[in-house]
Amino acid sequence: MLRLEGLKKRYKTGDYALKGVDLEIPNGQVIALIGPSGAGKSTLIRCVNRLVEPTEGKVYLGEMELTTLSSSKLRKARRRMGMIFQEYALVERLTVMENVLSGRLGYVGFWQSFLRKFPKKDIQEAYRLLDRVGLMHMADKRADELSGGQRQRVGICRALIQDPDLLLVDEPTASLDPKTSRQIMRLINELCAERGLAAIINIHDVLLAQMYSQRVVGLKLGEIVYDGKPEGLKPAVLTDIYGEEDWEATIEEVDEDELEEAVE
Amino acid sequence: MPLIETPDGPVWKRRATKETLIRWFFWLIALAVIAYAWKGISDKTIWFFVQDAPRQAADIGGRMIPPKFSYMSRLWVPVWDTLNIATLGTVIALFIAVPVAFAAAHNTTPHPIVRTIAIFIIVSSRSVNSLIWALMLVFIFGPGVLAGTIAIGLRSVGFCAKLLYEGIEEIDHTQVEAIEATGASRAQQMVFGIVPQVLPTFAGIGVFRWDINIRESTILGLVGAGGIGLELSGSINTLAWTQVSMILLVILSTVIVSEWVSAKVRGAII
Repeated sequence: MLRLEGLKKRYKTGDYALKGVDLEIPNGQVIALIGPSGAGKSTLIRCVNRLVEPTEGKVYLGEMELTTLSSSKLRKARRRMGMIFQEYALVERLTVMENVLSGRLGYVGFWQSFLRKFPKKDIQEAYRLLDRVGLMHMADKRADELSGGQRQRVGICRALIQDPDLLLVDEPTASLDPKTSRQIMRLINELCAERGLAAIINIHDVLLAQMYSQRVVGLKLGEIVYDGKPEGLKPAVLTDIYGEEDWEATIEEVDEDELEEAVE
Repeated sequence: MPLIETPDGPVWKRRATKETLIRWFFWLIALAVIAYAWKGISDKTIWFFVQDAPRQAADIGGRMIPPKFSYMSRLWVPVWDTLNIATLGTVIALFIAVPVAFAAAHNTTPHPIVRTIAIFIIVSSRSVNSLIWALMLVFIFGPGVLAGTIAIGLRSVGFCAKLLYEGIEEIDHTQVEAIEATGASRAQQMVFGIVPQVLPTFAGIGVFRWDINIRESTILGLVGAGGIGLELSGSINTLAWTQVSMILLVILSTVIVSEWVSAKVRGAII
């Protein structure tokens, strides 16, 4: 459903952030993209919705090729791809409701959005989503009054109200505590399952990647070095992705966590 | 090489010896320039008048006391004019400054050529003092409040647009990126991503400039552009020192009030 073919990105400095990535993600699959800082994870998902322009290669969303789209067609294509950010990227001085409704900007005209006259259907959907993530009572609060976890939930609502087919998720838990991180990852997972969404989740935390994805892709210096089941992340593989380190502890912990999850 | 190896272990100094010497050399040159300039000024001063200065100041000060409070009845209208010049001038300036600032900021400008034009508008507005604007505008519009208002407006455009475009360039870009990722158009990105971020800056700049303009508009009357400055120059020319002191008192209290108002407003928006 999303297919990357020979995707390359060279920055002005001349370094290649991506050196020809081929990746195919079927409908409804949640993949975790892991790799060290600077491996090109953020660049990769930004090349999909062209917040960063890829230098070479093709990106197919369904049948549509994205890298050659005109700006108005790109806007339409972006509506099908919801994005969730590391530092939430909410507009701090707008209310929670306005932030959620901003996910509909691709669907409404300028004056409608300027006067905040969103269609009734959108507003109902916004309330439904806020209720789903447990933030109904926060709708009229300003975004900067919320805690980290709450902000990320609003970020999730903003992405979902676009009614996307695909979620691009950039380090959703990097600024959150361990418990909130898990709650957010679980929420993203549940919502993807409910709506049959595919998702690419960039994540630093190998444990979380293993717990909440069906497939793990390891990126190193702009190249895919691992693509397989979460259980396949053996010490040798992690060494391959991140470099030499004692990985045993990391992997053991996973088993315990999975047990806990099962008991719950 | 600030780190020096000695037999007693490494020693760290802030600067290497050579760099220290160069620095001292430049300080010496700066001192020499100041001394030379001082001598130039001293040669062209008539020191006889300067020796006389304290006596003259005391004399004028004495004539100013007590201020002529009854004169106040003729000052209400000029004070009101002064306030209007400052306020209307600021409003005009803000209306022009907003589009100029968006055209001048790196992240919102539609085209580099447009940016150059916007920067040129800012620089030319800022390089001309409002008194000079007023001098020219009095010829164009005739003496009065209108010339003063436009002078204040033109002078403030550059100031407001410069601070505002710097504010626009300093916004958090990821918030705009997030709006862009939803498929929003450029105009929508501006309204949802940028405007909310610069609104406090905008309000702060407006109040700050208003505060400055109150002071500037008190002087515009000197060249006939309306306001309390007209009364001031009239009183000085007729050596009516008790009226001058009264006007100075009025200006002082106006400025104090404007200071208080702008502090309140700024406190409310941050």
